[in-house]
Amino acid sequence: MSHFAYVAASYAAAFGTIAGLILWVWLDGRARRRELDALEAAGIRRRSAGEPQ
Amino acid sequence: MSEPSLAIRKFTDLANPTRFLALSGSLLPWLAAATAVAFAVGLYLSFTTVGDYQQGETVRIMYIHVPAAWLAMMCYSVMAISALGTLVWRHPLADVSARTAAPIGASFTFIALVTGSLWGKPMWGTWWVWDARLTSVFVLFLMYLGLIALNRAMDDPTRAAKASAILILVGFVNIPIIKFSVEWWNTLHQPASVIRLDGPTIDPEFLRPLLVMAVAFTLLFFTLHILAMRNEILRRRIATLRRLAARNAGREPMEGRR
Repeated sequence: MSHFAYVAASYAAAFGTIAGLILWVWLDGRARRRELDALEAAGIRRRSAGEPQ
Repeated sequence: MSEPSLAIRKFTDLANPTRFLALSGSLLPWLAAATAVAFAVGLYLSFTTVGDYQQGETVRIMYIHVPAAWLAMMCYSVMAISALGTLVWRHPLADVSARTAAPIGASFTFIALVTGSLWGKPMWGTWWVWDARLTSVFVLFLMYLGLIALNRAMDDPTRAAKASAILILVGFVNIPIIKFSVEWWNTLHQPASVIRLDGPTIDPEFLRPLLVMAVAFTLLFFTLHILAMRNEILRRRIATLRRLAARNAGREPMEGRR
């Protein structure tokens, strides 16, 4: 492998890992917000409901 | 009784998850933008500065390898402070912080290990050696995975928080071992060349992109950590609401019969 290939592989690995991390956090947040919205739509809310989330 | 100081009041204000959500919500766009700018500048510098006279192009691996390794250790330190917050002050957000930092720390450690290996092959002639620095970082990676597993193995967040906090503090002994491994033992890995008492021994040409990338990685860590903490707060809220709904569902028919 050329030196460039090692550099490219390193940046690709770092980019892939970070992209995966960002995607996971983002999808998790979206799923949780949907779940909370579904619960609120079903009339289940916190005692302090009405506060901004 | 005297009024608590402003700093303490700000800290206790943050203990309220609702206030944390509001505060972090207004802070996040700025943090995300700063991260993007820092990465743009850092990556530009990483690929426009000259190569090393001995290492050639592979010196560019340093600009991601070293910040990732620093962040791997900083993330564990953040978790150790959070663990103290759980055990000593019972700060309601301390456990949320420790739990959500673990996967991020594991990712940074993984990047440090992989890029280190990809740098080791052309420069040292080997992908991996079981020397003190590499082994201690590998142990850090395993500890992150162990902490993630332990925390998710227990359903009750309070019990999981206590057990995790104790394990985090026990594992913190590894952080100084990682830092000083290159001085205490004879390793293939080079000794510190940036964070030294007598100042950096690295050329400014390489130090500049390295520091910008370190800032970018740090900003990325805090952006992701705050986002993950918000998700965890929502997750716990949902669990509480579900429990509440289940309890009420069992109660209503009884009341109806009366």
